[in-house]
Amino acid sequence: MIPEQYQLHLRLAALGFFTVVIQTAAVSQVTVFGVSIDFSPLVVASVGLLAGSLPGAVFGFAVGLFADVALVQTLGVTSLLFIAIGYWAGRLRELRDPAHGLTPLAVGAAATAFATIGFALMQFMLGVRAPVSWLLLRQVVVTILIGMLVALPIYALVRRVVQGSLPEDPRRRRRRAYTTGGLSPLQRPSAGR
Amino acid sequence: MYDKQVRRRRAVLALLVVVSLILLTAYFGESAGSPLHSVQRGVVTVLSPIQEGASRALKPVRDLFGWFGDTARAKKERDQLKAQRDRLLEQVVGYKVALQDNAELRRTLALDENSLQDYDKRTVRVIGRPSNNLLLDRLEVDAGSSDGVRVGDPVVADGGLVGHVSFVAHGTAFVTLITDPSSSVSVKVLNAVGDSGLLKPSVGDPLDLLVQLLPRHAHIGVGDIAVTAGFRTSRLDSLYPPNVPIGRVTKADPEELASDQQVHVAPVADLRHLDFVQILVGPTGTSGERAQVGP
Repeated sequence: MIPEQYQLHLRLAALGFFTVVIQTAAVSQVTVFGVSIDFSPLVVASVGLLAGSLPGAVFGFAVGLFADVALVQTLGVTSLLFIAIGYWAGRLRELRDPAHGLTPLAVGAAATAFATIGFALMQFMLGVRAPVSWLLLRQVVVTILIGMLVALPIYALVRRVVQGSLPEDPRRRRRRAYTTGGLSPLQRPSAGR
Repeated sequence: MYDKQVRRRRAVLALLVVVSLILLTAYFGESAGSPLHSVQRGVVTVLSPIQEGASRALKPVRDLFGWFGDTARAKKERDQLKAQRDRLLEQVVGYKVALQDNAELRRTLALDENSLQDYDKRTVRVIGRPSNNLLLDRLEVDAGSSDGVRVGDPVVADGGLVGHVSFVAHGTAFVTLITDPSSSVSVKVLNAVGDSGLLKPSVGDPLDLLVQLLPRHAHIGVGDIAVTAGFRTSRLDSLYPPNVPIGRVTKADPEELASDQQVHVAPVADLRHLDFVQILVGPTGTSGERAQVGP
């Protein structure tokens, strides 16, 4: 029997591994309007939203590093970007606690935008010579739109994978605070006594 | 308690960022045979069978998604190809006569042809592709140094040039496509005089290639074919053998030619839907230095 505290780690490790393998082996080879779908920043953002800033950042680092190694890219580029995505998504959950059902959509768009533009900027800084044209900007916009479209199903999938091993949900805590004055119904003093 | 949590969170974040920056700096400054590259090569070797399995298992899913785009495109392509076939049929007769003359003249002058027949063609499966194809356009194949593949080997598919091998591990290799921003190929346009230029990708439009550095008043028309120039000198050979088809001219605007010295070319190979490619493993006996070795 796996201790409860390690369940989240194991599930996230498996999720990260399969994300990179499926992304490189299948998803990247499907193009829509000339761009390939990239769901790894969406998975990282979803983990941040569900598990918090620290697991989000660590997961982002691990997935980014694994992607850089598996695709023979400059090590550290993708991990640096994914740390930021996982951390910011987690901080959004911790500070704002967004309850709206479309939050993953906005977070997915922001994560894809950050990953795409950040990756392009990093490549320019590392010496890739390419003109910044309207065509390139159009492709970036298409990538962001596609990322936004697939953000909700990816979020639902990630939630299904990590469900049951998550740290305490702030939404549940807030709801309980509202209805019971912060105490669990079991701890609430009886009115008759 | 809260302060401790905040401090811990910030410390871990700082640590991850610092590790990433150290890796980035170390990797960027290293040569191809250095420790980080070796580790990467080892991991890629271990991962390649898994990726190959995943690629095969997920092919039906990939094909399903590709089917929608392919169907829409196929109808348009069919009409274009019918018109093209009729035009080409007329040209074939003329070319056959020219070919016979050419072979005879080559024999007379004892010219070295260095054609594709000198190469050993290895058909390999595409098993992976980077997710961000805007500024990095490469693909991973299931053959490596153990199969005789070397860095710099040309890669073809669908009768057209795809790119060259830029990284080799034991059982896998990475191919840098001609649509990658780092790629440049010396080409010859098959017009009346065979104008030469340099093929570069048009960043942002993966299916548009540019033949640059052409003569300002070159007579190039839509439909002309661009092939590899495949230059050879005493010390330096081009990566690519001569006369490998690359693409067909899709736009040749005289004004653009006069100002930017370039025309637009669509690749012959369908670079977005490659399942198999052929690596041309070097002609036996070549030992000269090769030009345009990839990153």
